[in-house]
Amino acid sequence: MHPAIPIYLVSMSGIHNIKTQFKSFLIEIGELSYFTARFFKEVFKRPFELKELLRQCYYMGNRSLFLVAITGFIIGLVLTLQTRPTLQEFGAVSWMPSMVGISIVREIGPIITALVCAGRIGSGIGAELGSMRVTEQIDAMEVSGTNPFKYLVATRVLAVTLMLPLLVFFGDAIALFGSYLVESVKGDVSFTLYFTQVFNSLEFGDIVPATIKSIFFGLAIGLVGSFKGYYCKKGTAGVGKAANSAVVFTSLLLFIIDFIAVFVTDIFYDL
Amino acid sequence: MMDKKNIPNQEIVLEIKDLRKSFGDNHVLNGFNMQLHQGENLVIMGKSGSGKSVMIKCLVGLLEADSGSISVMKNDITKLDQEALDILRADIGFLFQGSALYDSMTVRENLEFPLRRHKQKNSLDTDINELVAEALENVGLANTQDLMPSELSGGMKRRIALARTLILKPKIILYDEPTSGLDPITAKEIIMLMQEVQQKYGTSSLIITHDIDCARVIADQMILLIDGIDYAVGTFQELSASKDPKIKAFFK
Repeated sequence: MHPAIPIYLVSMSGIHNIKTQFKSFLIEIGELSYFTARFFKEVFKRPFELKELLRQCYYMGNRSLFLVAITGFIIGLVLTLQTRPTLQEFGAVSWMPSMVGISIVREIGPIITALVCAGRIGSGIGAELGSMRVTEQIDAMEVSGTNPFKYLVATRVLAVTLMLPLLVFFGDAIALFGSYLVESVKGDVSFTLYFTQVFNSLEFGDIVPATIKSIFFGLAIGLVGSFKGYYCKKGTAGVGKAANSAVVFTSLLLFIIDFIAVFVTDIFYDL
Repeated sequence: MMDKKNIPNQEIVLEIKDLRKSFGDNHVLNGFNMQLHQGENLVIMGKSGSGKSVMIKCLVGLLEADSGSISVMKNDITKLDQEALDILRADIGFLFQGSALYDSMTVRENLEFPLRRHKQKNSLDTDINELVAEALENVGLANTQDLMPSELSGGMKRRIALARTLILKPKIILYDEPTSGLDPITAKEIIMLMQEVQQKYGTSSLIITHDIDCARVIADQMILLIDGIDYAVGTFQELSASKDPKIKAFFK
């Protein structure tokens, strides 16, 4: 800090910066809300662009499969290895499949898969649409009589919303398999016994909220990625920024959605 | 301001009256006027940032004008709804400065895209194949159907983009800097191609450029866009002989 600048002026400038950043954050939220409303308006209108939707579902699902599998497997392994000593201390190792099953299905599976997909799919959508905006491909589409919002945005958002719950199921299964491998080596538990215990401990009330939550996670990934890319500023730097901010903003949004989902689920459990 | 001369005695297909467009305090267009006649090649020249691209984007509804009227084949596009605008757009071809080919599609898919979306939705696949082949033949790139845009050179991309523009047989073609970023030989080839297209299909062309050679070869009429208005209108010879320093600056 320059010694000649009084401290209260530095504080004032800091407060001004925070105010400006908060204001632009609120403007962005407003624009994203408008974008979301437009998505819901366009998605139910003809033409439905089914071919493009299926293509996007295939690409998003297929391209994320390996990453989700690896992440899920490692999470299952690590969770079991880390929890085992504590459960052993209390003589409760037999609770391991139930505990791992519930925590993965309710919370860890959906949030980890969503975070992985935010990095993989969200940034991909942001970069792709951003690049199309910068190189005037979106304008070219509009001039050719195609609604680019419907063709590019609606299909991508819908595809990731549909694919994410499926990826979460897949990730959960792989994570539980990873957990079983640890248990089979360390605790000599059979495959049937492990998974019987997992399924016995799971209830309808564990799976449904997690699935609904996953749908909202998918929607958030698709909407934020598309929003950032579709309104990308000119230049290659703009494309990079669109991809990067898509991941950062989505990750933050995922935790907010998660908090709301847990809160709402808790209210239903109490009723 | 110079008077407009040598206007072909043909029907007006595109007319702009008192077009104004601002971005905040930046007044880009301050009452721009122009007329394009059937079969005419009209060149609009202006410095970078003079509002040429803004004007052409207002013409196809990519940007909304603040005021003024834009009449395309007797339809005021500022008053059309989205559906009517999309139908009208089939008659207006647009060649973008950077070609704007769809990266994720092959050349064939790029050409099929406007066909499958427009009035030939009920066409058979064989008809579409024939139209794609014809469009590619017109630009001398018949064997590129299965290539991706990333495999093409700058000149080839521009030709394919022209083929995509031509595939719906538009009545008006808008060229946004058709020769920018190309070497002189390729630029010349593109200009010749534009002339061939004009002769073959009798289209009316609006060409935005600051390539003086392009303007000399192709322009029936020229407009100099200076300070957001149609500062000077005339043939290439008339404008190049002008004593006005603002006009002379373009022909140095």
